[in-house]
This record gives sequence, C-alpha cells and structure tokens, in this order.
Amino acid sequence: MSRAPAPYDGVVVCAPTTVPYVRFSSESAHWWAGKALKQLSRDTGVTSADIDGFCFSSFSSVPDSAVGMTQHLGLTPRWLDHLPTGGASGVMAMRRAARAVQCGDAELVVCVAADTNQIDSFRHSLSTFSRFSQDAVYPYGFGGPNATFALITDSYMREFGVSREDFGKLCVAQRANAMSNPLALQRKPLTLEAYLGARPIADPVHLFDCVMPCAGAEAFIVTTPEIAAERGLQAATIMATIERHNAFPEDPVQLRGGWAMDIDTFWNAAGIAPGDVDTLQVYDDYPVIVAMQLEDLGFCEKGKVAEFIQNNSFDLNGDLPLNTNGGQLSAGQAGAAGGFQNVTEGMRQIIRQPLGDQVPDATISVVSGFGLVNYDRGVCTGAAALKALA
Amino acid sequence: MSDWRNRETRDPIARKKARHLSPPARSRAMHAMSARAAQGRFVLQKCCDCGEITYPPRDACPVCWGELTWQDVPAGALVLSETTIRVSTDLYFRDHLPWRMGKVALDAGPVALAHLHRDLATHDRAEIRLMLDRGGNAALFAVPPNGDFDMADPQFREFTVPLKGKTVLVTDARSAIGQAVVTALHKAGAGLIIAGIQAPGRQSDTQLAALQLDNVQSMPLDIVDQVSLAEALSKIAGPLDLVINTARHVRAGGVSIGSNPVEMRRAFEISAIGMARLAGACAPMLAGRPHGAFVDIISSQALSGAADQSALSAAEAARLSLLQSFRHEMRSSGVRVLSVFVGPVDDEDHQTMPPPKVAPARIAATIVDALQQGREQSCVGDVASDAMARWLDDPMLYAREKNL
Repeated sequence: MSRAPAPYDGVVVCAPTTVPYVRFSSESAHWWAGKALKQLSRDTGVTSADIDGFCFSSFSSVPDSAVGMTQHLGLTPRWLDHLPTGGASGVMAMRRAARAVQCGDAELVVCVAADTNQIDSFRHSLSTFSRFSQDAVYPYGFGGPNATFALITDSYMREFGVSREDFGKLCVAQRANAMSNPLALQRKPLTLEAYLGARPIADPVHLFDCVMPCAGAEAFIVTTPEIAAERGLQAATIMATIERHNAFPEDPVQLRGGWAMDIDTFWNAAGIAPGDVDTLQVYDDYPVIVAMQLEDLGFCEKGKVAEFIQNNSFDLNGDLPLNTNGGQLSAGQAGAAGGFQNVTEGMRQIIRQPLGDQVPDATISVVSGFGLVNYDRGVCTGAAALKALA
Repeated sequence: MSDWRNRETRDPIARKKARHLSPPARSRAMHAMSARAAQGRFVLQKCCDCGEITYPPRDACPVCWGELTWQDVPAGALVLSETTIRVSTDLYFRDHLPWRMGKVALDAGPVALAHLHRDLATHDRAEIRLMLDRGGNAALFAVPPNGDFDMADPQFREFTVPLKGKTVLVTDARSAIGQAVVTALHKAGAGLIIAGIQAPGRQSDTQLAALQLDNVQSMPLDIVDQVSLAEALSKIAGPLDLVINTARHVRAGGVSIGSNPVEMRRAFEISAIGMARLAGACAPMLAGRPHGAFVDIISSQALSGAADQSALSAAEAARLSLLQSFRHEMRSSGVRVLSVFVGPVDDEDHQTMPPPKVAPARIAATIVDALQQGREQSCVGDVASDAMARWLDDPMLYAREKNL
C-alpha cells in the first residue's frame, strides 16, 4: 500500500451554500452558478477579488467548462479546476482545493456545482452521456440510469439477501428527514406501504427508488482557518479523504464500490472509527448505492447490510442520522450539484447551520460521493470525514 | 393461412403510424462491429499484444494498451441479472415497452448488456446473437441456447423480418431462382406472394408449380419498364411488406474480347437501373410497414471485375453500389435492405459452367434464413463465400488472381 496521506493542517471548509432547487428551469447552468456565487457572497462578504481559486462541476454548462466560467462570472483565479465527476465531484473538489490552500497555490477557493434542468434536457443529456453508454447501454431499451441500477439492484438483492423492505426503510427515513428541510422538493410523508406499492420503473427499481432530476446549485469555500476566522465564518476541518476511480473492473457486476479499496487508509487517517461518526451523508441516486456505502465505508460488515438496516434507525434523531436534508431521493437531484449537496449538508450539521432540523450534538460527519455511470457501474468514488472546528 | 382478400386494406386518409428507430449514434469502433454483425458474425475485439478480449468497443487494450483487432468468439453466455424496463424517454422503445434486458457474462470473457429473450432468466445459460437493431447497428441479443427458442418473442421479432402473413413481391418469378423463392416464401407462411412475370406471358407459365400455390398471385411485371412497374404496384391488394428482387441478366462476354454492347446495356438496365427504379417505387410502401424489407440478389462477380463476364460484373457492381445507397436512405425508416451474394447458379444462365453451382432452392432458403435472422449480408455457396473472404482479406490481390 502507498504511504499515508498528509493531514489537512491549515485548511478549513466553510460557507455551505444551496440555491433552492426547482423541478424545471429555463435558465442556464451559468445562471445557476451566478446565483450560487451571489448567495455565497451575500452570506460571507466574499467578492470576486477575494477568490483566488475556483473549482467547477456541471453537466449542462456545455460548451463552457470552468475556463468559460471565469470570464462569464468575472473571476481571476490563480488556481482552477473543472470536475466532470458528477456525484463524486463535491468530495473531489474539496480535497483538491484543500491541498491547493495547504500548499499556498491558493488561499480562498470557491467550489461550485450548478446544473439546470430544462424540459427534455434530461433525455438529451442521457443520449450524449458517454461513449460506452452510447454504444452499449442506451441501445438496450434506453432505460437510462434506472435500468443500469436495476441490474445492479437485482444482483445485489440476490447476492446479499436484501429486500425491498430494507431499501424502503432507508427511503422512508430520508423522506422523514426531508420534511424539516424547506428546500426539499419532495416533502410529502412517505410510508413503507406507499414505497412498496409504487409502480415499477425497471424491475426491481420502483418509483420511490428514483431521484427527481431538477435544477439547482451548491457551493462552499475551502480556505485557511485564519481567513475563515477573520470573516467570522463557522468552519470545519478535514480529517481524511479518499478517492478512487474504476475500482474492481474485474467484478462482473458492481456489488462493491471504490471505497472498499481505500477504507483502511480512510479511517486510519481520520483517527476515528465508524462508531464515532455523528451523521452520514452518502450519495443516494438509488437506495442500493446507499446500502453499498454503509458496507463499503465500514458501517457494517459486507453482506450484513440487511441486518444493519433492520437494527438501526436513520432519521435525524436516530442511531445513524443519514442524508439529513432528505438526500437526493427527497430533496431532488440537481445534476452535478447532487454530488455537492452531501458535502454542504455534512458541513452544515457540524457547524450548526442546518437547512432543516439539527442532528443533536453533531461534531463529526462523513460524506461520501459516487459518480458517473460510464457503462455498467459508477466509476468515481470518494469520501471525506469532517469535524467541527473547536 | 388467411385469405389474402381479407387482408389489411390501405387507408390513404388515416394518420400514419410514425416509425421510430432505436437510438442511432455510435462510435467508429462500434460501427466496425456492426459491419461484421451485418455478415452474421459474432465478433469482439482482441488485443494483438496480450490477447485480452474486450467489450464495449475500445480504441486501445485496457490491459496493455496494445492495438485491437476483431475476432470471432464463442457465442455462449450466462445471464447474471435482468430487468424489465417499463419507462423510457426514447420514442422507439416507448413503442415497445416493456422491454427486457440484462447483464450477461460472455464465455469469451467480458460482461455485456444484452437484450433478453422472454424465456431467459437470471442464472440461465444463453447464446448471444449479434444482430442489427432497427437503426442498423449491432446489438447483443441473448436467446436460449441450441437454437431451440420461440421466434415469436416480440423483442426478437424487432431484430428480424417476420414472414408469416406478410405480403411479398418477387420481381422475376419465372426464373429458377424466382420459382424457388416463391415456393420457400409459401412454405415460410407468407400471406400473399405477388409473383412478377415479365410480359409477354408464356404458355409454359401455367405449368409452373410455384405459381399454382395458394396465396400466390401472378402479376405482369418488368422492372425495366416504369409503366409496368407502376401498374403492378398499384394492383397489390393491401400494404406491401417485403420485396425480393430476383431479376438479373447473366451473360458472358468481355470488354475488348467477345464484347456484346446489347447484352451489356440489358444487364445494366435490369441489374442497376431496374433495381434502383424498383427500390425507389417501393420505398414509400415499405417505409410505412412495421417490418419492411428489401432483398436483392447480387452476383459475387460484383466484388471485382471478371474478364469473362465483364458486363455482368460491372452491372452487378453498379447494383451493389446502388443498393448500399438505398440501404442508407432506408435507415431512417427502419426498412431493412438485405443483400444475398450468389456465385454460379444451377440454372439455364449457367448451363455451360462446370460445378460447383448452387441450387436455386438453396438461394431461396438463404433468403428466408437471412430474413429470419435479420442478417444484412449473406453469401450462398462456396464460390460466393470464397469470393467474399478473398475480397475482404485483400481486394487488390483478389482483382488480380480472379482473372489469372
């Protein structure tokens, strides 16, 4: 195994920003990114002149990348990054920006994910998503991610004896969490009966296993503790991060994610155990991926997730408060911002600025990302442990 | 079989059902796979350096980054997981929901997504057919092994040209090939077979057994004659599903030695211009059908000039070229354009030629099989298969050695 990563001394994350999502928007990704900066600036006093690092993630900003965004939004950063990693982009933006700040390449990095969702843009972005998808996935029924994750869910349920009731418990808990979040798009109470009785989309995936695509933006700041203090910003430190791409390519079906490769590195660097975590924000495009993260991040033994779900509660006051803003399953999936909302929510709970209800006494949160179904599985994974700045 | 007089009628005022295509965009490597699938082959990429078999199509080996080449691979597979897609944003699949697909572990190595035959379930052994979808692109279709499965599976039918109950036009039914084709279509359950007979009718036509079969209707037709063609098409009762062009003109003769300009002109009129005229006239009729198809019989001489049959090879080369253009035009309407290559046939055109020659019945059987498998390109017999293999391997060498 490679050498241990250096600790993230001299770096904090702060200013979690969520631009309220809408189901459909006629605006562009650029507009949503602008809204995120405006809101972040209003909350923190940070102006364009203060931003010397910029990291951007979006599916719908085409033809512009982070480069185009600098001119469009009037930024003059000395450090720039563009992340095409969707659901893993929040964790990745944070860990890249953290090293840039730590090493002095930048001192205040703003990380932004913004995506619009125009009528029919979901279908359009699907058909041009990746070469492997175009050649070897979409011609097979064009079921989109629903079909891909249906195949993974089918195998996962058979392999590990997980039932729809188990997945349902996760979805119901997340909906209960969403009910205190005024920004969540889906706040109608969800019962297990309603979950089980929902119409099938791509068997065994049913309606409430699917996220609702929407438009929205998320942002946060990575900077030094000194700058955060000067500006009076509540901040959190980074205990550890991991990232992995195209893990276990030999697995015929994705029954584990890249986290499993790096999990020892992660907990060793963080210096804590899963039991020390106060709240967990995992990527939740489908409940099977939530379950997979519970295992692969070490919250339960591989293959024992059904038991773990049955024996624990996941709401805000539960044994393991999970996706406390409702996650994408209830708050909505705003494209690449879906890979940022886990980071902003994880940050919020420990700096005591939640969108909805507060997890009691939360000081440590773990956030986890999962992104980019290039072919038959999510390729990018990452995770980070955050701790409130004492 | 149902009486053709009770068949579906044409309604010129009715709003036409729009025909959609499976999603069309593909990478260049995938098109290379489709080109091989069109020949009925199941190929995957193999690394020239390390031998790794890979899928989906790539431009470099994922193990050692070596060059990739196409390789025929075993068709066996194991079904790993399955789903039934009930919601899709794609217009083509929306017309065909629910749609079953799954993940399969290929015996050749890689895993792949595949269309699933309705009799297959997770953990079943399967056989993979590399078939062309409605957009003309290769797709893996998993069927129960050993060829013993229900061809009526509606998903499978989307990849084939079903014959049962269909109306078929055979352009030249008087020739030995034409008679064999009519007979084979009848056996395969075609609903109405229009048998084109070039005027003037002959006394002997009434003796042709093929024309006496149920649901076979003789029709005066000469594809070289625009009026004859228009009249024949206008007289077909109900929609036309399928055209099988058996018209050809096979004569010997060179360019400077033994040339015969009259025969040469006739060969071009029938094989090239006649075929194009026929295709143009039938295209709108076929385009409205759920499984429209056009089959053309082409001499393997089309692949390269033959000194002793120069007019034939030139006219058939023109025919092949026109057919490729026509196929491209028909892609957007989902009409399948099939080519069937033949060498010397055991018929009156090849009386002076020594064997091997293919029996007309074998050509007819290949046409039926090509339709049932949705195979875009077929070769009948050793001569045509050999010609195709040599031409694919080294066209320049083939042009030389063919005339040695």
